[in-house]
Amino acid sequence: MKIPLIYNVRSLLRRPVSSVMTAVGVALVVGVFIAMLALANGFRMALIRTGAPDNVLVLRKGADSELASGISRDNAAIIGALPQIRSGADGRPLVSPEVFVPMNLAEASGGGDRLVVARGVTTQAFEVRRSVRIVAGRRFAPGRDEVIIGSAIAPWLAHSAVGDTIQFGGRGWLVAGHFSAGGSAFESEIWGENEQLMPVLRGQVFQVVVMRLADASQFQAAKRSLENDPRLQVDAHRESEFYASQSMVLTNILNFLAIFITGIMAIGAVFGAINTMYAAVAARTGEIAVLLTLGFRPRSVLASFLAETAFLALAGGLLGCLVALPINGIVTSTTNWSSFSQLAFQFLVTPRILVEGVIFSVVMGLLGGFFPARRAARLPVVQAIR
Amino acid sequence: MRFFPLVWANLTRHKRRTVLTTASVALALFLFATLRSVVTTLEAGAQVGSESRMIVQSAKAIVFLLPMSYKERLQAVPGVQAVTWADWFGGVYQDPKNFFATFAADPASYLEMYRSDMTIPAEQRAAFLQERTACIVGQHLMDKFGWHLGQNVTLAGTIFPGDWTFTIRGVYRATNPAFSEDAVMFHYEMLYERYPRFVQPGWYVLELKDPSLAPQVASRVDSMFKNSSDPTKTGTERAFNSGFVTMWGNVSFLMNSIGMAVVFAILLVAANSMMLSARERINEIGVLKTVGFGDRLLFGMVIAEASTIALGGAILGLGLAKALYRSTGFTAMGFLPGFDVTGGTLAIGLGIAVLLAVASGLVPALNAARLSAVAALRHVE
Repeated sequence: MKIPLIYNVRSLLRRPVSSVMTAVGVALVVGVFIAMLALANGFRMALIRTGAPDNVLVLRKGADSELASGISRDNAAIIGALPQIRSGADGRPLVSPEVFVPMNLAEASGGGDRLVVARGVTTQAFEVRRSVRIVAGRRFAPGRDEVIIGSAIAPWLAHSAVGDTIQFGGRGWLVAGHFSAGGSAFESEIWGENEQLMPVLRGQVFQVVVMRLADASQFQAAKRSLENDPRLQVDAHRESEFYASQSMVLTNILNFLAIFITGIMAIGAVFGAINTMYAAVAARTGEIAVLLTLGFRPRSVLASFLAETAFLALAGGLLGCLVALPINGIVTSTTNWSSFSQLAFQFLVTPRILVEGVIFSVVMGLLGGFFPARRAARLPVVQAIR
Repeated sequence: MRFFPLVWANLTRHKRRTVLTTASVALALFLFATLRSVVTTLEAGAQVGSESRMIVQSAKAIVFLLPMSYKERLQAVPGVQAVTWADWFGGVYQDPKNFFATFAADPASYLEMYRSDMTIPAEQRAAFLQERTACIVGQHLMDKFGWHLGQNVTLAGTIFPGDWTFTIRGVYRATNPAFSEDAVMFHYEMLYERYPRFVQPGWYVLELKDPSLAPQVASRVDSMFKNSSDPTKTGTERAFNSGFVTMWGNVSFLMNSIGMAVVFAILLVAANSMMLSARERINEIGVLKTVGFGDRLLFGMVIAEASTIALGGAILGLGLAKALYRSTGFTAMGFLPGFDVTGGTLAIGLGIAVLLAVASGLVPALNAARLSAVAALRHVE
């Protein structure tokens, strides 16, 4: 027969200080665990969202980042003639040969320079990169010295208000608008027209050509015909996969850190739970003996004590979730090492991470409770009741 | 201290509890020392750059190159002793995961510029200088891939397309702990020959006659090129390095906040077990008081017990961190050269242990001191 759970809850409440301390210890571990996974997840999502599965990114053969790539004008024209490319409303193919260059730009606070990516695109880019929305002002006008600024960097960049003139590449650029891009890395960029940005930046060469396919399933065919074209020396990537792979190194480091740090913390918390539960078993020797005398099986006593620690840890885990939730959405930034430029992203707490945190807490509780519970179940009744 | 045997007897009564609490304190301080060392190593990385060397880079962004013609003009700036230049190569060895720094530099002037940061045997140096396809490699990287002198190493170019094969003619050791040994350096000429149209120096390094001249040299150089198509940004090497460190963003803040959470979590664990012990012993305290133990002495004994656990754990944890990272030469895959637990970190760790002892022992110790003998003897658990 099972021992009612209410017995465990009441037992925990009888020693409130000790219970709360153990639960808060678990809560801190779970809180740090969630915060670190949210950091890694936010960074990864910022880059994953940057790409769409039906877009193809073409880089020079061997280039591992947009920064390292280069594609000449005639090659860009050959790539743009690919039959698999979707046509826009005006009948022109949705292809955007782009210039990609990090620039030193001054911070609004006067604190110094930061590297920000300037991307020169065509007007088709807005239909290729569909997450881009103008949130203030308007798009840049073709043929003019105008740019639009990503919403993640606009707040701290000097001269970035709509209507201001921002200086880079030895020229002034009118800020025509600000844009959002669904939390992706584009929000940390400045966009202008490729023909305007190209001469100031790097001479007659594009860095990437990005295009939208008529259908995502045609990717392999497009890749084959591009990479086998004897006139070209290029690699074609599915855009979503490319940006995800760019985030891999840092995401792996962050995940490793999360597991390493919270793993060590968890061992400490489990030790704490073991201490608490052994003390509880020692203090309740008489009670346990009574339970056993009444006919409860040792197995039920074991289950009861396990349930008690699991419950205690679960309370801690839920508390940890509550403590960690407010970090969701906090914007932080780091350097995207593949372009050396600033990348702003948000901590992203997902239901999955919360569930993992709660499971983690219960596992800690079960580990911490096992040995004390086993001791309780094996108590020699006659001795204990004396 | 003649009551220490009594304290010790109390500690060994619940051996398991004492061991677990000490171990959790040790783990916490190990983690604390690790996290803090990340911060101190990054900070040390920002400090290593010499104040008497300056880096001249493009004002537009680090990826822009500077004309070769700047070399002569930089050489002529008053206060400049020597000039060298280099280019980031960014090759991949077999797998993109094998990341290390590779750059092309003007060999003779570059080795001369960094003579006090690295050593290379004289005959290897001569062999490297003679052969245009030769490279030198840091000792740490040699060990990592099991390379040997005279071996050919092929890198796939990412910025400069193609396969590039270099012959290892020299192995250098860093004499400055923050100078990376995870790097490959080869002849600038080799890069230039293959791509003469667009290979130019990525940055120049200047050696100053006197570090105090740095501000004048910087403004002189930058104003000299201000109206050219390639304006420059000149700063001391130290400022250049600390710029890279700030690129990591809020790492220091992150590490420090996690460190605080760890310390606080363990404080709870330790305080909890001290209180458990104290509660079980209330009757004994009554007995001790009855036989004439003073309030102060009892207070001291409880604090001494807490201190033994906290300091024992601290010495274990901090010692483990120090010994482990020193013996394995951990550098986080080359990201944190010279990773070390500093004396300052150890001192702060011990300070935390003392705080821990006081904080976890205070409540039980006060209770022990305040309780009247009669109340204590009457107490029923």
